Amino acid sequence: MNKSQFRSPLYPYLLLLPQLSIIVIFFYWPAAEAIRSSFYLEDPFGFSSTFVGLDNFSDMVSRSDYVRTAEFTVIFSVLVTFFSLATALLLAVTADRVLKGASTYKTLLMWVYAIAPPVAGLIGIMLFDNLVGPIAEFFRSFGWDFKLGVNRFDTAFAMITISIWKQIPVNFIFFLSGLQGIPKSVQEAAAIDCASSTRRFWTITFPLLAPTGFFLLIINITYSLFDTFGVIDVVLKGEPGNNPVTLVYKVFLDGFRGNDLGGSSAQSVILMILVLILTIFQFRLIERRVHYS
Amino acid sequence: MSIRKYFVGAMATAMSVALAVPAFAQTEITWWHAMGGQLGNTVNEIAEKFNASQSDYKITPVFKGTYEETMTAGIAAFRGGEQPNVIQIFDAGAATLIGAKGAVVPAQDLMKDNGVPFDINDYISGVRYFYADEAGKMIGMPFNSSTPILYYNEDALKKAGVTPPKTWEEFQSVTAPKLKAAGYVPLSQSHLPWIFTENFYSRHNLEFATKDNGYAEGTPVMLMNQDPIKGHFTAVKEWLDNGLFGWYGTGWTDNQKPFNEGQVAMWLGSSGSFGGVKKSAKFPFNATYLPYWESLTKDPTQTFIGGAALFAMSGHPKEENEAVAQFFKFLTSPEIQYFWHKETGYVPITTAAYDLAKKDGYYKSTPQAEIGIKQLSLPAGDWTKGYRLGFYVQIRDVMNREYGKLLQGETDVDTAFTTIEEESNDLLERFSKTMGN
Repeated sequence: MNKSQFRSPLYPYLLLLPQLSIIVIFFYWPAAEAIRSSFYLEDPFGFSSTFVGLDNFSDMVSRSDYVRTAEFTVIFSVLVTFFSLATALLLAVTADRVLKGASTYKTLLMWVYAIAPPVAGLIGIMLFDNLVGPIAEFFRSFGWDFKLGVNRFDTAFAMITISIWKQIPVNFIFFLSGLQGIPKSVQEAAAIDCASSTRRFWTITFPLLAPTGFFLLIINITYSLFDTFGVIDVVLKGEPGNNPVTLVYKVFLDGFRGNDLGGSSAQSVILMILVLILTIFQFRLIERRVHYS
Repeated sequence: MSIRKYFVGAMATAMSVALAVPAFAQTEITWWHAMGGQLGNTVNEIAEKFNASQSDYKITPVFKGTYEETMTAGIAAFRGGEQPNVIQIFDAGAATLIGAKGAVVPAQDLMKDNGVPFDINDYISGVRYFYADEAGKMIGMPFNSSTPILYYNEDALKKAGVTPPKTWEEFQSVTAPKLKAAGYVPLSQSHLPWIFTENFYSRHNLEFATKDNGYAEGTPVMLMNQDPIKGHFTAVKEWLDNGLFGWYGTGWTDNQKPFNEGQVAMWLGSSGSFGGVKKSAKFPFNATYLPYWESLTKDPTQTFIGGAALFAMSGHPKEENEAVAQFFKFLTSPEIQYFWHKETGYVPITTAAYDLAKKDGYYKSTPQAEIGIKQLSLPAGDWTKGYRLGFYVQIRDVMNREYGKLLQGETDVDTAFTTIEEESNDLLERFSKTMGN
């Protein structure tokens, strides 16, 4: 970069100012505020505020409920990430081979992407409804007495399925364009060397898809941790009861429903740290090991 | 003068005229509420009636979502100095609002200061002290008050040859087995913390929490790990396992729907649910008192109210507070209370309104509508005026979680109630700290 492009050293900063001020006002300031209030116990109206050190954090982790929520969040994220990636990859590979009516097929698969999470949740609870849901009916036909909102496992099953379904199209689009970016010459050379298409996939196509795959991995982990809020909210119908929730949803429950600002802030600080770790992981480990052609 | 300038000038004149018209000192106040759907229409009607009844004040109702959302919106607005004059806060949120010293103007003071006659004894006894402070001063004006009652499908009970149960003993030995044999799920309920917990305590006149159920100064301790309530839930779990009770999740409507559709014969809901049941049930139905355990008491007492109250938020000019006082006066008038009672099923909060409904012959045609208020007028006990517990939304969530585990067989009664008591008391202690104690 040639420094002489800017006459004054302050000029670039001036140009950055609008962007920086947006980041500061909408991201850093609230984040700093959350960190501050995680050390305080405050009544919701703001009349009194007491510094309690790390009490909010120790209270939080000592509750059986928080540990259970954290466990569920891990299981939820792993399953949602894995299945939405795997299903999308399978669909993309299959769609890549389709010659006739390919664009119709692809468009149909991408369609779900346009659905907002709460709407996806609503469609989901209609399908899984205990009285009229066709999926619940289907499960019952082979002896699984499916009960959404009553049985914790069944509710978790529905939440995970809806979240996967909602995320498949995004992954599908990326995988498909990734597949189409693999040079024809490489594929043809591989076809001459190896007759098994499965083997060709794992040795040639899959490694070449790695950059797309790792990018999607991060996107999907973030999705399952944060963006599934709408789905969970709709499935719970306003009453958490004994149903599973993720850590992000618990921040909302304690902070907005329960008005426990300190406790909720402490939880969000933990989530911030989690995101920080994920980001470092992404830049330090993955970006280095993935081969970009 | 160019045309453009002329136009702008004309606009300015027109606007100043428009702005000047309503300037004959009409005081405007806002009312945030959580009444959606049909209830919201009735709220709007009350506001219109008030505005039409006089010309000095104008109230504007604004729907803010669920009870929790309304409260959160109110808190955020208060912190931003934009709070409404009147806000509807539900039972479980009352401690947060009342505990925050200086957030509200007590309804009783507000009315007295503005020359509106006020006598707490005008209010029916089950409603009177729920939103009052320790000394018995009314802080929140009870608005939509209801209490849990037992609705029953008359066809189903006739088919099974039973009468509605007075006690839980009768229910489990006679009513429920016969209803089950007649092909019904005998019973469902819509709110385990409110109906089977809080009102279990009030019906049997049991102490719910120390410090006068939380009304007195200091940090209360909840008395949940106790034999009576544990006995009740042991029975409930047995009923569920034996097909005498149906549980359809934590949501209110999920449990009401099977009753409306005729699969469940009896349903414990709110006296305020009357209108909704009447609309959707295609069978004759009636209502009776919440059953009690004869083994625990021979003299069952009145129950707690549920629902919400209207609070006058502080930080408003004198004229606006006067408008709120006048609105409260209008709201508590027998005619408006009777109108509200008839439209919604919530109980009339004053004796005068109750008398008016009786005089009008309302209960002759609709006896179901009287059960709630009759139950609230049963003899009071030491522990029946209500409870005042902080972080109560979370405490109810803890109850719901443990009850869910219990009914699904993930935990047993002893563990569930130990957990509820411990976690509730941790929350109460936390709440006490947030209030600076």
